[in-house]
Amino acid sequence: MIRIITSDRYNITPLRSFMTNIAALGAGILAISLIFLAAGVNPLYAVCQIFIESFGSIYGIKETITKAIPLILIGAGLTLAFRAKFWNIGAEGQLLMGAVFATWTAQHLGPALPPALIVPLIFTAGFIGGALWGIIPAILKIKYAINEVITTLMLNYICAEFLTMLIVGPWKGKTRFGFPGTDPLPDSAILGVLPGSRIHYVTLILAIICSVGLCVLIYKTRFGYEARVVGENPDAGKYAGIDFLKTSLILMAVSGGLAGLAGVGEVAGIHHYLGYPASVSSGYGFTAIIVAWLAKLNPLFAIASGLFFAGIIVGGDAIQISLGLPAATVEIVNGILLIFLIMGDYFLYNKIQICRSRA
Amino acid sequence: MEEIIISTIQRTMVAGTPLLLATTGEIICERAGILNLGVEGVMAIGAVTAFIVTMTTGQPWLGVPAAMAAGFAVSLIHAVASVTLQANQVVSGLALTMLGLGLSGMMGKPYVGRPLAVKMDDVAIPFLSDLPWIGKALFHQSPFLYLAIVLALTAWFFLERTRMGIQIRSTGENPKATENQGVNVALIRYACVLVGGIFSALAGAHLSISYSSSWVEGMTAGRGWIAIALTIFALWNPARAIFASFIFGGIFVLQYLLQPLGISPNFLAMLPYLSTLIILLAISFKDPRRLNAPARLGAVYKRGER
Repeated sequence: MIRIITSDRYNITPLRSFMTNIAALGAGILAISLIFLAAGVNPLYAVCQIFIESFGSIYGIKETITKAIPLILIGAGLTLAFRAKFWNIGAEGQLLMGAVFATWTAQHLGPALPPALIVPLIFTAGFIGGALWGIIPAILKIKYAINEVITTLMLNYICAEFLTMLIVGPWKGKTRFGFPGTDPLPDSAILGVLPGSRIHYVTLILAIICSVGLCVLIYKTRFGYEARVVGENPDAGKYAGIDFLKTSLILMAVSGGLAGLAGVGEVAGIHHYLGYPASVSSGYGFTAIIVAWLAKLNPLFAIASGLFFAGIIVGGDAIQISLGLPAATVEIVNGILLIFLIMGDYFLYNKIQICRSRA
Repeated sequence: MEEIIISTIQRTMVAGTPLLLATTGEIICERAGILNLGVEGVMAIGAVTAFIVTMTTGQPWLGVPAAMAAGFAVSLIHAVASVTLQANQVVSGLALTMLGLGLSGMMGKPYVGRPLAVKMDDVAIPFLSDLPWIGKALFHQSPFLYLAIVLALTAWFFLERTRMGIQIRSTGENPKATENQGVNVALIRYACVLVGGIFSALAGAHLSISYSSSWVEGMTAGRGWIAIALTIFALWNPARAIFASFIFGGIFVLQYLLQPLGISPNFLAMLPYLSTLIILLAISFKDPRRLNAPARLGAVYKRGER
């Protein structure tokens, strides 16, 4: 008879953690292949094509980096929130709020100021917008014990409607011929790009600085330690006198603020005007959840995992057009990869032995 | 005036039906201690499956069991992840929602913009539907409405008044003690997640083959998330869920009632989500001990762990 014995694994090395993630992603891609097969597409071709389109050409790599910018920013911010077990699902709304604040600032102050002044200003405004939208659920959770998953999600819907209300109403641009959307941002507020690409490098540099900074914040500061205690052992945190409200406010201000910065990048770096919510962000706030999870909640790793999922978006969009797959393809790929990643954790934290028992 | 009141009540009942189905399902699941944030995704899968089967067979009554089977199948993912593999339930549920929304979009793509030739007919209950006023508003309705109310009442009776109901509830309160009583915690949790999934899929089926007769990507529009909030509002009690769901049904209808007043349609579209926040805020002023939240909701249970 064959028996399966599971026991806790105590010696988790970074290498094992990395290999488990790779195995989980591999298994996930296998599952995705089955779905491709069911959709009548050659799975081997489709999967290869995703990676060829995103990482196989200079153009693909440029696009991948462009899409990685918001994912790295938001994903890094989420690692902090998730470490404190604050389930911020509202990055999408925080991104949009950042975009709204940045647009207002650019439209009102942009024409009068030089780029050297207006660019820092719109990033500050975007950070504040995202942070404000982020601390609402923090207050509701700590003061009123309301589940943050629901509040952050509801705030996504509310923000999307609010943004739409602005662009069809008071903010509707005169140059849009009656279509919803604001007028283009003033030239001084438009972010520079690397020649021949859409990479708005200011935001990219900001994203990398934020990831490194967050890494220091989480592992090297008292605040980071407190945030981890809140997540791993709230009871101990209470007895140690950690101020939960303060900790949650700061971490959601940071997490929301970084999502807001991503919103600034999308508006000022890519679109150059504020349009419908679905065009401002193609679900970056949700994809970033997986980015944070694949990064094992380490903001530095969010750079790599952000690039990986940006590649999935770029490649997914490309095969969707070339193979006639629906727009939801990327969502399916993301959902399946996340499921396999969390299932993989079981095999990381538990030792599974198959033995032949004598009975 | 009379016409308007009757049609308002009628539409409130229709709008509340999917919320009630999904909320009842989530209550059963959460009572066993498993948080399922995949409701929105399972609902979408249920909607698209019911629609495709109804479209191809011409039989709405075949669409319903098909949706239930699909809800069962996708919820199995969450059950395996959260019960057997002890995964984080928040993330697992989110993954299920992403997968469900994506998969429904893929499955439904060829059917976008094709209305159903036959949708689920409303059923008039004999005698009761002849009553003045309420007869037309309450008793000449979609079978899903009757089903939702019957299922909610049955779930209430089952959870509160039967032996198995006690086992389910104690699984959510203290799985270790329950296991010591010789109850198979894992089995109960599997069953509750799957039943919850079937209920969510039914809610989706109502949307696509009874409420409207077409498939649009994202037609669930956050109803799954609202159902999770309603679970709290209903204090994990399926009987209270009836009341909670129809209040929210009313809020959905309010959007249309207020439209002629010239209020921004985008502001009106915010109403259900804003109301969810307001209601959760209101309920938070209640004594937390009287909220009835299952004590071990969302916590990983490892067999044999001290």
